Amino acid sequence: MSAASPATGQSGTTFLLTLIVRRLASGLLTLFLVALVVFIVSGLLPGDAAQEMLGQSATPEAVAALRQQMGLDQPASIRFVRWLAGLLGGDPGFSMVANMPVADIIASRLPNSLILAGLSTLVAVPMALTIGIASALRQGGRLDRALNTATLSMVAVPEFLIATIAVLIFAVELRWLPSIALVPASGTFLDLLRALAMPVLSLSVIVVAQMARMTRAAIIAQLGLPYVEMARLKGVAPARLVLVHVLPNAIAPIVNAMALSLSYLLGGAVIVETIFNYPGLASLMVNAVTSRDMPLLQACAMIFCGAYLLLVLVADIVAILANPRLRNR
Amino acid sequence: MGLSRRTLLTAGMAASALPLLPAWAQPSPLRVPQPRYGGRIRVAAMSSSTADTTDPAKGALSTDYIRHHMLYSGLTEYGVDLRPRLALAETIESRDQIHWRVKLRPGIRFHDGKLLHAEDVVYSLMRHQNPAIGSKVRPIASQLAEARATGPLDLTITLTGPNVDLPSMLAASHFLIIAAGTTDFSRPNGTGPYRIKSFVPGVSTIVTRNDDFWKPGKPYLDEIELIGIPDEVSRVNALLSRDVHLIVAVNPRSMRRIKESGTHDLLETSSGLYTNLIMRRDGGITGNPDFVLGMKYLFDRELVKRALFRGSAQIANDHPIPPFHPFYRADLPQRAFDLDRAKYHFAKAGVGRSPLSIYASPAAEGSVDMGSVLQEYGARAGLNLAVNRVPADGYWSTHWMKHPLSFGNTNPRPTADLVFSLFYKSTAAWNETGWKNERFDQLLLEARATADDSLRGQMYGEMQEIVRDQGGTAIPVFINMTDGYDNRLKGLYPVPVGGLMGYAFAEHVWWED
Repeated sequence: MSAASPATGQSGTTFLLTLIVRRLASGLLTLFLVALVVFIVSGLLPGDAAQEMLGQSATPEAVAALRQQMGLDQPASIRFVRWLAGLLGGDPGFSMVANMPVADIIASRLPNSLILAGLSTLVAVPMALTIGIASALRQGGRLDRALNTATLSMVAVPEFLIATIAVLIFAVELRWLPSIALVPASGTFLDLLRALAMPVLSLSVIVVAQMARMTRAAIIAQLGLPYVEMARLKGVAPARLVLVHVLPNAIAPIVNAMALSLSYLLGGAVIVETIFNYPGLASLMVNAVTSRDMPLLQACAMIFCGAYLLLVLVADIVAILANPRLRNR
Repeated sequence: MGLSRRTLLTAGMAASALPLLPAWAQPSPLRVPQPRYGGRIRVAAMSSSTADTTDPAKGALSTDYIRHHMLYSGLTEYGVDLRPRLALAETIESRDQIHWRVKLRPGIRFHDGKLLHAEDVVYSLMRHQNPAIGSKVRPIASQLAEARATGPLDLTITLTGPNVDLPSMLAASHFLIIAAGTTDFSRPNGTGPYRIKSFVPGVSTIVTRNDDFWKPGKPYLDEIELIGIPDEVSRVNALLSRDVHLIVAVNPRSMRRIKESGTHDLLETSSGLYTNLIMRRDGGITGNPDFVLGMKYLFDRELVKRALFRGSAQIANDHPIPPFHPFYRADLPQRAFDLDRAKYHFAKAGVGRSPLSIYASPAAEGSVDMGSVLQEYGARAGLNLAVNRVPADGYWSTHWMKHPLSFGNTNPRPTADLVFSLFYKSTAAWNETGWKNERFDQLLLEARATADDSLRGQMYGEMQEIVRDQGGTAIPVFINMTDGYDNRLKGLYPVPVGGLMGYAFAEHVWWED
């Protein structure tokens, strides 16, 4: 945090490294604050893990015994410090409810979330770029208006509606695709694609619309600038104009929009995970909240927050590298 | 009326000798030809989370009960008529209902090959008393003073007081038998119809056929996969798209979709499940007997049954014993919706115009809608009710029984004694209304010690009347439990302790493709 702002004349690499180090340091501070806030706020929720576990059958003595077993009889501050010390030592703790290490639980769920987010990214990013560029080039034209209407209605329709209608059509009526995303351990890659087709589709629909609109806006902003006119006058082909001249200049806002959308794919997939019964991280975190499983909840919060910070950092770096003026400061 | 009840009771078991039929001698209500062997099904239960367990003592939800009944067996089990049948036990006898002698069936093996020994039973029963286990049935298990093995297959159980219903109590999934000394439940070892193949909490449980199962010829399926789909619409969709073959808890709204599919059907089980309005004795006006009576008359039971549950419920009479129960008192007049009487009682109780809050939550099935109906009718009877809808999350620890007016939700209990002891006895931890009736408490203890069924029937009959007339709880209906299944799955029939044959369907069903 205390690093001085880079002096002009420093080489681009040093500048970039300083930026990364500073971002990582402030990221750690953010993570710590998030952990503290999550801990305090979840402490305000009614009931604790012992009460939730015993549910309706919680008698005072049973709750007291279970609290002691879970370590909940300790003051909150001590529990937080212990958790933090464990995390710094690489151990995210022990799930009070599942009675197994948090690391094991996360290890079984994180790959699922990454696969889903990864596949959705592979589908969504090329689509968003194509739609955004196409409608920017045909600004005001029939194609642009059609794409605008389509993306706007995609943003407006809630994902659970898209997902449910997709299930009714493709699973219940046509029986082409499974209605729940069960990934058999022995399944082939094709099985995986079949199981994930509808979740990926529903997730993509949400993020494509946002990214496409950002892309369109960023490119249109560039198209009116003198250098584009110059390039046109020089006779640069439209495709080359967009890809070589405009895109590098428009990349910063686009990548930023993508970073936000992609972090949503990881942590915001809870509705899609619920509808398709997909064992990902988001539903795990909801589980942890309802069962008041603090170590698990904290671990999930750390992962989502960390992923978000990392994506934003990557977006900034890409923006700098793509922009010669920033790169050569 | 009285005669038919008497006949029913004398046909029941005499508790002192317990000539219980073995489980497989029970006539199946479905006249079906030969079950077929083989096949694999996928079952979707209501919930699945990291709290999933293979420890019977910790079973909290239907998903757990189903899993436990696949892996373990109990000393006894429930029959279609709510009476206990012998399972692992060959005999259970007592003269005074305090000292019980249990003899185990010989030659039963655990999944790891170990022979079932009386010590296993002693361990399984007595561990509930240890608070660190976190057993769900600790309050009930505290009746067990001692269990001691007297031979490899013989044991004695001593209770803290007489209880005729011990055989029924022991049929609950929490009392299923595990191997002595078990503390690690990651590789569950039971005597049940299926062996564990894989268990991932919050994801799935896969079990395979136990070829050494002690019931001849059973089970029929090769493999069962149990998953949880919390979202009801997704669950029904998964059934109709044939991704799963059996689901629990179908919402009344989805029943038509399943029935009209032609490929799927519903298993409806009458049950003792109810959502009740709790009027606290210590809550000011809610402790006034006239106010309580007024509220009971304010319930339009027919409307609740028709509109809230689409007819999939049975009218209740403000006491917790459902009409199909052996000890149900049929000659007790049915309380009906009566706005004039409600108005009269409210006036007598002196209700003012200041709003009274009712706490309702999705945690207590149907309570939000019931609250709205009461609010509507209450306005016509001079009562200003305000429905406070609170989230299901944390409802039981923060709101249940903690306000003058709140809703409760009680799962079916197999015996009259259990539901009365847990929710109506003056000293019970979940004495929801905080009432105290000496005659009721006295009858409860007497009935436990009474072996004669007709005498017990009279006692439970009087208790139903006391709760109906003086208790602070209004019970409008008993909610049916409805499950959906693929038509190719055969052998299902209702067992009124819960959905899916009292959650023990796994050993009874087979697949015909």
